[in-house]
Amino acid sequence: MKGQNLNNIQAAIRQGELSVTQVVNHYLAQIEDSLPLNIYIEVFAEEAKKQAQALDEKLAAGESVGKLYGSVISIKDVICYEGHQVTAASKILEGFTSQFTATALQRLLDEDAIVIGRTNCDEFAMGSANENSVYGVTPNGVNSERVAGGSSGAAAVSVQQDTCLVALGTDTGGSVRQPAGFNGVIGMKPTYGRVSRYGVIAYGSSFDQIGVLGQHMEDVGEFLLTMAGEDPMDCTSSSQPVKTESSSQGQVSFAYIDEVMNHEKLHGAIATSSHALMDRLESEGHAVSKVQFPLLKYLVPAYYVLTTAEASSNLGRYDGIRYGYRSEAADSIKNVYQKTRSEGFGSEVKRRIMLGTFVLSSGYYDAYYTKAQKVRRLVTEAIHEIFENHDFLILPTTPNVAWKIGAHQDDPVEVYLSDIYTVIANLTGIPAISLPLATDADGNPFGIQLMSKKFSEAELIAVSEMLIST
Amino acid sequence: MKIDDALISKLERLSRLELAVEERAQIKVDLNNILQMVDTLEELNTDDVEPLIYMNEEHKAPREDIISNELPHEAAIANAPVSSESGHFLVPKVMDK
Repeated sequence: MKGQNLNNIQAAIRQGELSVTQVVNHYLAQIEDSLPLNIYIEVFAEEAKKQAQALDEKLAAGESVGKLYGSVISIKDVICYEGHQVTAASKILEGFTSQFTATALQRLLDEDAIVIGRTNCDEFAMGSANENSVYGVTPNGVNSERVAGGSSGAAAVSVQQDTCLVALGTDTGGSVRQPAGFNGVIGMKPTYGRVSRYGVIAYGSSFDQIGVLGQHMEDVGEFLLTMAGEDPMDCTSSSQPVKTESSSQGQVSFAYIDEVMNHEKLHGAIATSSHALMDRLESEGHAVSKVQFPLLKYLVPAYYVLTTAEASSNLGRYDGIRYGYRSEAADSIKNVYQKTRSEGFGSEVKRRIMLGTFVLSSGYYDAYYTKAQKVRRLVTEAIHEIFENHDFLILPTTPNVAWKIGAHQDDPVEVYLSDIYTVIANLTGIPAISLPLATDADGNPFGIQLMSKKFSEAELIAVSEMLIST
Repeated sequence: MKIDDALISKLERLSRLELAVEERAQIKVDLNNILQMVDTLEELNTDDVEPLIYMNEEHKAPREDIISNELPHEAAIANAPVSSESGHFLVPKVMDK
């Protein structure tokens, strides 16, 4: 059953060639085989087997089952699952057990998806390499000397190693799409507000969205749309109905940003393959046109001002009193806060809290925080303008392939700048997908991204299926 | 904009963090590098631009004022690092006698 999509798995189950128990056992064996990659923080083996058995019994008895029966998923360690631990890969949430289940996950469970375990990630989803975790590094699934990407690095590797059908990650600035690109799998982030954030440990609340990683477009689309829809528990979730059918058929139009596609620092293989894909699209009768986007160099600065500001506020809740870790040295109330937070957070998280505190502090608030919010509007308007005349924006997922583990650890700015092509979607709230494109001469995978206007997930899924199937 | 030791101390205080000496030095260097990158935003004229604050600008009707989604007391206290048998969060003594 290796590498099969859910349709095929369910067909085999219906024909009596496969049981849900066998599906779960297959993935557990794959997890066992990939232990050196440090993908899972915790595997829910016994529980998954029991759920599989219960499903098999239901199927045997001819009872009705949810539409996702036979599917096995991994969840990033920032998604709450009642009765299970969740830590955001941080010492500060040591021993924390979820008291409820994230709405998006609940919608999958209601359709009989089985959770096999929780995956490693960068602490509080802050990172681009899965190197900032209290549980250590998760290396790339294709080349273990290189980074998996981040922050949903292990989520991407969990799919790449066939340890589950799909993985749930979160995407604040590219955290689903970039590791998907680095590991040669699909990663999709929905429109801001399309999927509920209730039960997701917050990083940057006006950016965060749950996303799906998988090997098959049908699965990614199905899971994403099953999670989508308004949730009374998340007032930023949209009340727009979830559209599952694409309205565009046949020829569509793509825009590409000249400065991106012809940038001197874009990796040679990525440039070549991206141009080849655009040529192909054109030869198939689609419109491919050049657009200008002079705001490009302001994306990453605006993104880091706003996300760190939101993070410094969101992470204020870790006080050592109500949950998680408390410092042994906390002998006063001030030290309960200060020592707990200093010992509990890793260095990247502290760096971002400090920066966020700075941009929000009196005297600098307008110059940095308000300024970045204004730039966010300019960027959003400029993107909106592109979609007035084009269906999709096409651009590389990353300017480079996965780097060697440890290569950029002393240079946060270098790492931050590598987010340039993914943050566009989060700054503007639009949906985006990374599809596996090709590999460089050393076999390192990279992806191509498609973005579209808000709430056009169905169109994005349809065009991705078209791209992948031919 | 340059971040100096006094500002680092202020930020530590505001964010309830206590950095080790080496950590402080590193963060000072990093923050200055990051701010150098961020300062490019100054080049953009945003005089007549409204800040974008909410990513979902749909109108949301307030819900009925009914208490919902409560946690039982034991569940609420279950994750506390230190709690009393009577079911309270415990912190070091705050007030003198």
